[in-house]
Amino acid sequence: MNVEQLLFALFALLTCAGAISVVICQNVVRMAFSLIVCLASVSALFFLLSADFVGATQLMVYVGGTVVLLIFGVMLTSSSTLLQIRTSPAEGFLAAGIGVLFLAVFSFTAWSVDWDANSDRIARVTAVDVPPQGYNEASSGNTVRPLAMAFVGLRPDKGGNAAGYLLPFEIISVHLLVVLIGAAYLARTKRRVSADTQNK
Amino acid sequence: MDAVSLNYVLAIGAVLFVCGVICMTTKRNGIGILMGVELVLNGANLNFVAFSRYTSLGLDGQVVSLFVIVLAAAEAAVALAIALNFYNNHLTIDVDRGDELHG
Repeated sequence: MNVEQLLFALFALLTCAGAISVVICQNVVRMAFSLIVCLASVSALFFLLSADFVGATQLMVYVGGTVVLLIFGVMLTSSSTLLQIRTSPAEGFLAAGIGVLFLAVFSFTAWSVDWDANSDRIARVTAVDVPPQGYNEASSGNTVRPLAMAFVGLRPDKGGNAAGYLLPFEIISVHLLVVLIGAAYLARTKRRVSADTQNK
Repeated sequence: MDAVSLNYVLAIGAVLFVCGVICMTTKRNGIGILMGVELVLNGANLNFVAFSRYTSLGLDGQVVSLFVIVLAAAEAAVALAIALNFYNNHLTIDVDRGDELHG
């Protein structure tokens, strides 16, 4: 077992433990902390899969942005009595059983596919001359330049005629702008419903 | 030959997806449901990056995973605004209390 396998096993274990802990914990703040552990481990897995830019983006956007947003949501919406909203144990057992069944189905499906033969067939059909092991060797790891060229519509890594991503990039930029303006509009302060007019 | 097989990465993605789905279905806290959505999107992302690394998909998997990250950030912002509005109207974040349309 070399270093890469050891690191992969460690971060895989951390990822699964964080995800299961998010499901099991009833306290929202502990759930948020488990989510941070899980997402940071996923970004470490991205680095191990030689996707350095995606891993860095995962760290910045998820761990640095989305989880902080969620924690602010926890702080803005929880008073002391409402911090724990419990689910009943029967629902928990039912969900655990369904989850184990789901996991068995997915794992069986993934293990029963011959990915190498599949990859060869795709290469034969599309007739694109790409190396079978991704786009570069694991040691070089520099994906920022090819990713940036793919976003402006140039694909030197797949030959000149492959499709770029300029239009989806523009669409998602405008989408992000619209969504953030809409979120700021939705979340602005309004007159709050007073407690005595609450009918429950 | 690689140090880690593709199937192990797919198994981790499956664990993330299943945990996210269970989190979405069993949590009664609205913020907890959002965390479940984040877990599901991360499982999908892990699969995209794994296919980008191990198959002839090339760089496309990483591009799609970047799109998924941006969409997840946008979704979290809007859903959090909705959760704040829900809290302002109901004085709780328990999603079982949002039953005004119940017939």
